[in-house]
Amino acid sequence: MTPTDPTSPLGYRPLDTEAMPPLDHAGYGSTSHRHPDQPAVPLAQTLSEVTGPGPALAGLTEDDADLTTNAGTGAEALGERIIVTGRVLDEDGTPQPRTLVEIWQCNAAGRYVHDADQHPAPLDPNFVGRGRCVTDDAGTYRFLTIKPGAYPWRNHPNAWRPAHIHFSLFGPALVTRLITQMYFPGDPLHELDPIMGSVPREHRSRMIGAYDHTITQEEWALGYRFDIVLRGPEATPFEAGGAGVLA
Amino acid sequence: MSGSRPVPDTWSQTPSQTPSQTPSQTVGPFFHYALTETPGDDLDPDRHAGRPVVIRGRVLDGQGAPVGDAMLEVWQADGGGRYRHPADGRAPDVPDGFVGFGRIATEASSGRFEVHTAMPGTVPGRDGGVQAPHLNVHVFARGLLRHLHTRIYFEDGPGNDQDPVLASVPAERRATLLARRDATTSDASASDAAASDAAASDAAATDVAATDVDAVAYRFDLVLQGAGETVFFEA
Repeated sequence: MTPTDPTSPLGYRPLDTEAMPPLDHAGYGSTSHRHPDQPAVPLAQTLSEVTGPGPALAGLTEDDADLTTNAGTGAEALGERIIVTGRVLDEDGTPQPRTLVEIWQCNAAGRYVHDADQHPAPLDPNFVGRGRCVTDDAGTYRFLTIKPGAYPWRNHPNAWRPAHIHFSLFGPALVTRLITQMYFPGDPLHELDPIMGSVPREHRSRMIGAYDHTITQEEWALGYRFDIVLRGPEATPFEAGGAGVLA
Repeated sequence: MSGSRPVPDTWSQTPSQTPSQTPSQTVGPFFHYALTETPGDDLDPDRHAGRPVVIRGRVLDGQGAPVGDAMLEVWQADGGGRYRHPADGRAPDVPDGFVGFGRIATEASSGRFEVHTAMPGTVPGRDGGVQAPHLNVHVFARGLLRHLHTRIYFEDGPGNDQDPVLASVPAERRATLLARRDATTSDASASDAAASDAAASDAAATDVAATDVDAVAYRFDLVLQGAGETVFFEA
């Protein structure tokens, strides 16, 4: 990966394993038979890893960012209307324009539109709970949705997931792929949740959206800001003409 | 979990924080309606990006139980070894309509999956080298707090012996990355099934069924843990 090697494209910085949850986390029972026993094999990045579907998908995707009405029933979802917006950045703080952001969530009562969700809370016929949008030139995305509820799960006695929205991002490369969850500030369930708790304490706040009164719209919706940081490019600039030389 | 708490969990992120990678969290069990309806398990519906192949397999956990709520993402080059991406100068030559990306949910009861696609070509490697044909695969599931990254090579693919990534894997584990020619599932029976589906749908599907008669079938099981554990990479 030196600048004199035209066949080794500019790579991305390594996964920040200090900030990431371990694959084996005792508090989260589903990890026990699903985490690999063997350590991951290091793979020096190639064209296969510095490319990825993100740019192509961004070009193919129509924004569908209003979850309060995108059930298409002509009526609005029930719940506390919220705006969730923020920027997608890399580790240098560089905004990531034209990148796909997908979200999904349960409804205000804590129920997903999914066959496997058997929580006896009501479904909302006017809420599906999925949305997508592509960031603008400043790397900003914006969703209108309703605040998701907490819901029980069977990980341990009286287990409840704190309210959260699932986020899926591709970024520019295969290695910038990220699926995470956005949590809401001030939730007493945070301390009790082994999924959030799988992340080292000092990094958990990066998953918690901030209430932002400048985003809140008067007599309409509360505002939350949630920035997402993806893996950034290696610091060494690539000098030898880049893409064309791979042909 | 007790002891000192320098940063209370209830604090949110702040604009002044130094950018640092957002932690990963599990995809959970309820992603399907948001993620896997498109683009689905057929990466080359027009059958023009390369030799048609179908890969069938299962995702299994450390007890040999099927993982029925996994999602696989496939990223691959076309038959000419070109990626549809700005970092590949040959991207304009990728056939129209072929992105090289697929997302597949495993079947709930069996953990089975199918990928219908084009056989990728050899791909440029580091230091002027060449990589044998492969699919890049991400695995997401409930219980995976981070996604897993692996590759699917083909047992009869050209250049496996010289592939630097395969060579970096301990020899005794290399076979976990090889899709095997599938003699047990006949292509004819698979296309029959596709044809009956197609009869109930539309003409486009009929075309797909017809061309799938020629698809070369492979088998690839993904084992998350334990005996025969698939090799996973950190890139």
